Amino acid sequence: MLIKGGRLIDPADNRDGLFDLLVEDGRVREVLDPGSATAGEVVDASGCWVLPGLIDMHAHLRDPGYEYKEDIETASRAAAAGGITTVACMANTDPVNDNPSVTQYILDKASGVGLVRVLPVGAMTKGLKGKELAEMGLMRRAGIVAVSDDGRPVLDAGLMRRALEYAATFSLPVILHCEETSLSARGVMNEGELSSRLGLAGIPAAAEEVMISRDVLLSQYTGVPIHVTHISTRGSLEIIRQAKQQGIPVTCDATPHHLLLTEDAVRTYDTNCKMNPPLRHEEDRHALIEGIRMSQVDCIATDHAPHARDEKDLDFDLAPFGIIGFQTLLPALMKLHQDHDIDFSQLLACVTRNPARILGIEGGTLAPGSRADIVIFDPAPRWTLSEDMILSRSRNTPFIGWTFTGKVVRTMLGGVTVYRAG
Amino acid sequence: MSWAHKDLIAIQDLSRDEILTILEASTSFKEISRRDIKKVPTLRGKTVVLLFYEASTRTRLSFELAAKRLSADTVALSASGSSFQKGETIMDAALNVLAMAPDCIVIRYPHAGLPQKLARELPCSVINAGDGTHEHPTQALLDMYSMKERFGSLEGLRVAIVGDIRHSRVARSNVYGLTKVGAHVTVVAPDTLLPPGIRGWGVEVSRELDPVLKDADVVMMLRVQKERIDEQFFPDEREYAYFYGLNRRRVDLMKEGAVIMHPGPMNRGVEITHDAADGDRSIILNQVENGVAVRMALLYLSMGGNVDAD
Ligand SMILES: [Zn+2]
Ligand SMILES: [Zn+2]
Repeated sequence: MLIKGGRLIDPADNRDGLFDLLVEDGRVREVLDPGSATAGEVVDASGCWVLPGLIDMHAHLRDPGYEYKEDIETASRAAAAGGITTVACMANTDPVNDNPSVTQYILDKASGVGLVRVLPVGAMTKGLKGKELAEMGLMRRAGIVAVSDDGRPVLDAGLMRRALEYAATFSLPVILHCEETSLSARGVMNEGELSSRLGLAGIPAAAEEVMISRDVLLSQYTGVPIHVTHISTRGSLEIIRQAKQQGIPVTCDATPHHLLLTEDAVRTYDTNCKMNPPLRHEEDRHALIEGIRMSQVDCIATDHAPHARDEKDLDFDLAPFGIIGFQTLLPALMKLHQDHDIDFSQLLACVTRNPARILGIEGGTLAPGSRADIVIFDPAPRWTLSEDMILSRSRNTPFIGWTFTGKVVRTMLGGVTVYRAG
Repeated sequence: MSWAHKDLIAIQDLSRDEILTILEASTSFKEISRRDIKKVPTLRGKTVVLLFYEASTRTRLSFELAAKRLSADTVALSASGSSFQKGETIMDAALNVLAMAPDCIVIRYPHAGLPQKLARELPCSVINAGDGTHEHPTQALLDMYSMKERFGSLEGLRVAIVGDIRHSRVARSNVYGLTKVGAHVTVVAPDTLLPPGIRGWGVEVSRELDPVLKDADVVMMLRVQKERIDEQFFPDEREYAYFYGLNRRRVDLMKEGAVIMHPGPMNRGVEITHDAADGDRSIILNQVENGVAVRMALLYLSMGGNVDAD
């Protein structure tokens, strides 16, 4: 198959220009100058961008246990439609993915669906309870790619140290949701003047920054790399920036919503603007955007977190944290590219090359020999997100009604088309 | 000037002139409350639903009396301690109430935000009778009314608000309102009981009560809740009363003509002693009486009443 006429953007292979892509047996056979080859099957990508399939290193697929919110099939459809070909899914399912049989269930179901590569992230501690180490080694054998106690941060510093050292034994990347829960307490939004005005309990920036500081020091002491997920404050970025400067092996990601929204969105008590960490100030948002420009923020990950309508249609105090994000990831990157003049290939690296390196997985590139996980993206059309476009089982997103630029035309997994725009 | 708002959700939403308009309208309604026959036909045929999801006999009775004196029909729905749970969405519940064809919903609710949502979604008037730690606008209006009645003007009035500002919707609504009408507000509390960001609200902040007392025209004491001790906002009642409680010695520090207010219910012996609460300076009972008048004015204005009419 020849994908021809498109602009190939592949940060991992340092390419950005007009190239044709020859795909054979599910792999990229050659990257060619335009028009220099022919093939039996030709995909015309003229006017489009040809990108490596996106890697979302932080998502909640809710399967097993919460299939009323989402399951591996609905999640896979939504991801494929968003140009995402690889999804790392967090362990807070029911049962928790803290043992190899749950890992195996997820992998089996995902390969049965066959639309995206689902890479399970195992729990660091049994039941995400922060008390005893989970069976990281056996889960590694079953197929997890990382460990994380996302959403239920390990508060015991001694246990965190052991978890880092033990994870390193099995070369498991450690993804940390950094939150000192005694500081966030019952908070539901960013703490500050606005939370006081709205009468909502606040989550101070320090809740995140205190824990990042602790974990950076533990990483320095143990030498074990850590990846801090969904950083939300300027202070967090500053701690990580300094740590990197000192050579401490720390990486981080930010979510599209923390890059596009601020706490201002909470003014109407819209529970689709309730997430953890919370939306912060404009200066935090700008710091994160600059962090991407300066390559201090390594990845962009959705923290895709489906919740049913009747769960979100509660008081702001009571509604669960989180929003969906698969189908708005690429649109968000385009928006950042256009509004903030960041090189698109730099943004693309945050969802291809960089997460592949941090997780130590194949993918995130279309260099010759790579797996043909490919997105064909038309950068021109302007469109407005409406609920009926959402393929997830849940529709909890604050981006309904937003106008975006660029649409996924086709997504391929190992050379097989798994999504085509209707 | 006619009243432009369907709802009353927050003092934050009101302008200085709107606040003064409400206070002015309240005066004529207070007059009605002092008549022999305390009833006018102004809202005959109108239905007011009192939706109280949090225990509050005083505020509910005050609204009920206000509505009845205006000849409105009232329906009271109380579900103390409960809030909407999974399965029954907020809008389901609202639509159920709407089936009663109310002209006005008065809502008291343990979490911030619901009155605003109802106001946005429903065609009838919505009056916030207190939502979480957000606002309690009618309490602030009756407090301001009581101050204005006593001192003639709110401009330049020196008001001290003492206690748990952080968790008090009454304090917040008063701060927003009083600063808008030109009063000089000092909040007095330990740092733990201040809401984050309050220094941007045009108030003075004092950690000590005594120095504030000699200049204050109004000293408003806030209820202290025992659960704040469990949450470590302060060590215990003894220490709180020592530093922030209003007692006889402190009453004597107050200047001539200064008054004591409390939105109730009081924790006697903690934030206020008997002699302070029941002494000459206390206008706590005036607050209660004025509450009915101010709520009559608000019901009237919200349901399409014109300020110049009648
Ligand atoms: Zn998290
Ligand atoms: Zn998460």
